Amino acid sequence: MDEKTLIARRVALELKEGDLVNLGIGLPTLVAAFVPKDADIFFQSENGIIGMLALPEEGLETEDLTDAGGSPIGALAGAATFDSAMSFGLIRGGHLDLTVLGGLQVDQKGRLANWMIPGRMVPGMGGAMDLVSGAKRVIVAMTHTAKGKSKIVRQCALPVTSVRPVSLIVTEMAVIEPTAQGLVLRELAPGVTVAAVQQATEAELIIPEHVPDMPVVEPPPRPADCPSTQRYGCA
Amino acid sequence: MRKTIKLAEAVARIPDGASIMIGGFMAVGTPPRLIDETVRQGKKDLIIIANDTARPGVGIGKLIDAKLVSKIITSHIGTNPETQRQMLAGEIEVELVPQGTLAERIRAGGYGLGGVLTPTGTGTLVEDNKQILEIDGRAFLLEKPLKADFAYLYAKQADYIGNLAYALTSRNFNPLMAMAAQEVMAEAQDIVPVGVISPDAVMTPAVLVDHLISKERRRG
Repeated sequence: MDEKTLIARRVALELKEGDLVNLGIGLPTLVAAFVPKDADIFFQSENGIIGMLALPEEGLETEDLTDAGGSPIGALAGAATFDSAMSFGLIRGGHLDLTVLGGLQVDQKGRLANWMIPGRMVPGMGGAMDLVSGAKRVIVAMTHTAKGKSKIVRQCALPVTSVRPVSLIVTEMAVIEPTAQGLVLRELAPGVTVAAVQQATEAELIIPEHVPDMPVVEPPPRPADCPSTQRYGCA
Repeated sequence: MRKTIKLAEAVARIPDGASIMIGGFMAVGTPPRLIDETVRQGKKDLIIIANDTARPGVGIGKLIDAKLVSKIITSHIGTNPETQRQMLAGEIEVELVPQGTLAERIRAGGYGLGGVLTPTGTGTLVEDNKQILEIDGRAFLLEKPLKADFAYLYAKQADYIGNLAYALTSRNFNPLMAMAAQEVMAEAQDIVPVGVISPDAVMTPAVLVDHLISKERRRG
């Protein structure tokens, strides 16, 4: 199993029955593929929909219905659409149960940086700052290191997305929880040792006496006509 | 009261240097004919307020390609390398605003508010030069309203007098911008007789729409 799939399968366990969930672009969108299709979970997209679903089949696209990346989608029975003010009212107003976002760095205090690299990459924050400020839970799904350098650092060198600490960090090596005392190592990926995580982590980690193995969801049986590239589940 | 206007006449009303709010999210809900005509007429030094600049050759990306824009207030330019290139080269000024804050600043402009207080951006680069207010022990940024000279809207349906209804995710910023601009131009996929859009289904009331872009007769 590649590292991104492992991360997505672990994050999928955090989605609970009845949750309203916003998945960020990139790795986080993989999570939807591992959520059981009858799980009663609603995906919100910040461009104005609750109840997004993968396009059931090619040829059913409408130019008026896309995800936040502009790709055609379908919609669940019971979906609702709305304008951008309501979309962000849902996010900021505490109506969104969970957001899963990618990350460039997370620091000792649990602060996420994921919206710019000064002088090199300035895509803009899009909805990320509102999501981190407003969602009830924020999970960062990212690889533990980039080009050999730890992405979990003492202090973010990159501009932070919010000063609010995230709820959980899930990487291909570990699950780490930011707390008032610091970053606590909660779980280890299969075959990964505490020492290996510490070596790959610049920030200081609090190591409980017992650190269990990371559980992951089993990949759901996939209908033959639902390619793995389909996001937000199949109809 | 009839509001229909020919596309070229509508765009001719826009002077160089005007500020324009443009609906849409990655070009979904962006009026294609108004964009193309703006490029054709070669307007200069436009100040654009919009969620994003889509991609090169697509939606607002066409205005960027044609170098018609001197400043843009937006939440995201990551999908358009040309906008980023022009920004790094100093050819275009880009003011990045968190997406929810952008929506609320436009809403405040249209709803007659002096601004909005949001927790988004506190403690980040976004708070620079902004007033921070503590309300019940929590820090909020004062974000000021946005208004514009013109708005370009895209609706699924317009009736003859300019009542608008939007479809699915193409609604996004359109109804907010309808309230916040001095002169509002609406392009619709379909123009229908008055009454086809029932009062409950009207999302932007006709009084907000100054010009409804007429359809071009299809030949053949």
